[in-house]
Amino acid sequence: MSDSSSSSPASPASSASPERSTVLALEGVRKSFGDNLVLRGVDLEIASHEVVVVIGASGSGKSTLMRTINLIEQIDDGRIVLGGDDITDPRVDVDATRARIGVVFQHFNLFPHMKVIDNVTLAARRVHGMPAADARARGEEMLERIGLGEKVDDYPDRLSGGQQQRVAIVRAILTDPELLLLDEITSALDPMLVGEVLDLVRSLGDSGSTILMATHEMSFARDVADRVVFMHQGRILEQGTPEEIFGSPREEATREFLARVMHR
Amino acid sequence: MTDGAPGATHGAPGMPGASGHHDWEPSDLELDRRRYRKRASARSVLIAAVSTLVFTAVVWVALVNSPGWDAVKESFFNLEIGRDSFPDVLEGLWLNIRALFFAVIGVAVLGTLLAVMRSLRGPVWFPLRAIATIYTDMFRGMPVLIVLYLVGFGIPALDIFPRLPAAVWGTIAITLCYSAYVAEVLRAGMEAVHPSQRVAARSLGLSHGETLRLVVIPQGLRKVVPPLMNDFVSMQKDVGLISILGAVDAIRAAQIDVAATYNFTPYVVAALLFIALSLPFIRLTDYVSKRMAQREQMGGTV
Repeated sequence: MSDSSSSSPASPASSASPERSTVLALEGVRKSFGDNLVLRGVDLEIASHEVVVVIGASGSGKSTLMRTINLIEQIDDGRIVLGGDDITDPRVDVDATRARIGVVFQHFNLFPHMKVIDNVTLAARRVHGMPAADARARGEEMLERIGLGEKVDDYPDRLSGGQQQRVAIVRAILTDPELLLLDEITSALDPMLVGEVLDLVRSLGDSGSTILMATHEMSFARDVADRVVFMHQGRILEQGTPEEIFGSPREEATREFLARVMHR
Repeated sequence: MTDGAPGATHGAPGMPGASGHHDWEPSDLELDRRRYRKRASARSVLIAAVSTLVFTAVVWVALVNSPGWDAVKESFFNLEIGRDSFPDVLEGLWLNIRALFFAVIGVAVLGTLLAVMRSLRGPVWFPLRAIATIYTDMFRGMPVLIVLYLVGFGIPALDIFPRLPAAVWGTIAITLCYSAYVAEVLRAGMEAVHPSQRVAARSLGLSHGETLRLVVIPQGLRKVVPPLMNDFVSMQKDVGLISILGAVDAIRAAQIDVAATYNFTPYVVAALLFIALSLPFIRLTDYVSKRMAQREQMGGTV
């Protein structure tokens, strides 16, 4: 899904290489809120088609990391490079950059005054200049594919939490973003509804989307992640394949964290 | 409830009080409760009717038996004079309606502009924000009557505008005043939209302006529909104030007839006409407010 046609006005150069190119690179990213150091120098690379899952305790900096990549939070130092472009350069077009990244939030954040289809096609129509009819056709097709074909013209408040979150995912991926950020997208869901959302994420990973996901769903991380990143006190303490992290974690803090979350 | 979609919501609550359950007969316990509620509500209606009747009768008797009633009746409720003045006042009311029409458009535009100006962030926008703040402070603080005098007599005296009818200046003055109120209401609505909605919109790549226009304002507006409608109701009567500038509207027309007949009935006629003008919208406002309240507390009866 390295998209070169519609949505990368800020990157003229770097979408040529077809194989595993680097989609996202974080270099020494720092962020603090007042005296509170939230990110203390984070380095992370994500290759195309890779599913990277970030785990760690609440307050370890997972969400802040997501928000800096999406330029919702301005970083204090370091660099974030998306598809070859330094997006932390203040001269960069922030809106155009955000349009290259799909984001799904913990609390869905669907627009309650818009029908499902309008939620899903808003960016396509308004940001990517897709004709309304094409956007609608595409939105309907994707909603149909995930079993929400009947909900196209409903308002979000008629949907269950799981359905809303799946709509939010469709909203994020409709324009083929280079990178998908999923920030604890099942944390606000009824346990009964977590499965349907994770199934959708799994199928996105299988179909080649590049995903960075923060989650507390350890079994899902183990099943689906290509790489698991453990964050601790604003740093990436260790990372590796799910087998490495869950099977034989090297760091004491990782072991402690896993012991606590796995026993619940 | 269509249960076709996979993973469709289970146990979605039926509409409260919805009947049409086929496989269920209410139990004796429930039937007894229903009989009790029916009796209780019948009793309430009866009490309300009787007390209204008694109250009306008392007021009426007190009024009619007051020492000056005959004089008041003659000078405020003279049917003949009322009938004669009716066409004049009605014609005047047509001017009020036109003034209202243009004032509403003006208020919608200026009020939205001010609200957006006040909600701009960042140091670059300080001047606009300051202007909007000073404006709303000033025009909410100033009596409408004084604004009317200042605009209606002051601005024409500058001699930079062509001569315009008094009604035009009056409409402008009303627009200036109400824009300040409406701007504050709109701003409150915009601020009531949760910040996560802005984040979601910006994350899709929408600009600040598009986010305001497509996400924040539509939702904010919905939240403040009742107070906005209420401001509209106030405007419907306050357009009568343009009469003080000499515009021959309903009040001025009534005043002319009062001066000609030495009888106040034309004022009463004007009052009744203003009430008739606003009544439909007042009822609509009540209805909308009630419906919105119901939507918000769905599932509760408190």
